[in-house]
Amino acid sequence: MKKIALLITLAVGALLILAAEDFPRWGDAHAPANDYLSPYYIEKSLEETAVPNIVTAVLADYRGYDTMFETTVIFCAGITVLTLLRRTQRKAPKAVRPRPARQGADVILQSASRLLVPVMQIFALYVLALGHHSPGGGFQAGVILGASFILLALSYDLKTMLARLSENTLLRLSALGVIIYAGIGALCLLLGDNFLAYAALKVFGFSEVMAHSHGILGVELGVAVTVMAIMFSLYVDLASGGDLDEGL
Amino acid sequence: MADFLPYIVAKYNYWAALVLLLIGLYGMIAKNNLLKKVIAMSIFQSAIILFYVSMGDKKGSTIPILLHGHGEHGALAIDPSQYANPLPHVLMLTAIVVGVSTLGVALAVLQKIHRVHGTIEEDEILESIEE
Repeated sequence: MKKIALLITLAVGALLILAAEDFPRWGDAHAPANDYLSPYYIEKSLEETAVPNIVTAVLADYRGYDTMFETTVIFCAGITVLTLLRRTQRKAPKAVRPRPARQGADVILQSASRLLVPVMQIFALYVLALGHHSPGGGFQAGVILGASFILLALSYDLKTMLARLSENTLLRLSALGVIIYAGIGALCLLLGDNFLAYAALKVFGFSEVMAHSHGILGVELGVAVTVMAIMFSLYVDLASGGDLDEGL
Repeated sequence: MADFLPYIVAKYNYWAALVLLLIGLYGMIAKNNLLKKVIAMSIFQSAIILFYVSMGDKKGSTIPILLHGHGEHGALAIDPSQYANPLPHVLMLTAIVVGVSTLGVALAVLQKIHRVHGTIEEDEILESIEE
């Protein structure tokens, strides 16, 4: 088996090396990938959306459908993990062995995480809010927020964390994010434009360009909520093997 | 031979992605432990992400965030060759997060397999199915 695998790998490698001959040089400003669509985004995104971060503008505006369904994929992944692991009969012992019972609290660990978690969460909100002007946005903010909850669950234990942020709340939050995203799209539809065409939001008193900018912030918020809830719920389910008792 | 070395150097982003991709491919085929297969799949995925992001780079360009671009502007002179191509960054930004959540699904499936068969070694699972 290993020999066949090595042969296949080498064959694929040889083919790819041959193919690399036709590829543009690294850093070529006029490579095919850089010459057709992307100059339009670079030149027009500020004019059309008032968002200097082109990645954010393309992500949430020009490719809004794509990002909406990426968010839905994340939501579905969370639901899938839940349905795979929760409340099932067990034949073999747990894959993840529960942590032995604590001899008192870990003072250093818990104090450090109590200092760190608020900073992480404020930084996550900063990353979300400044996604228009600096590297950041909904996905990154969601992952940082999720990581702060995971840190709390690691340094205290899973039960303490779940008492504050229950599984039901997590599920509602993850659905809420998708609803915020799709809701903004549907709002544009109700206001008489196309789905996710943020220009329709100008009825709230913005100029057309600023309506794009605020629409992008709204959908990024939805993305952040879903990603946060799903990151933590993935951790909760995987670490406890679906039982939500003692985790790692 | 004289122009062989410049050729290698001019495309070394592809070679880096290629090596990672082959490590991932070999691991997915050859490893017996399903968890190692999942790790190999993640390495494969990283190779694709590196490949895409390196495609969008332009020599001497900066990150795709416009300089002096605050508030509403009419005409700001923008030279596309100054900024990296934003499109691969957008595609890979979503791919990374979706990759993490699909990794979560893969790990959940592994835990489920371990519950039913008591192992995640491929040959032992096959034996347990035949019994």
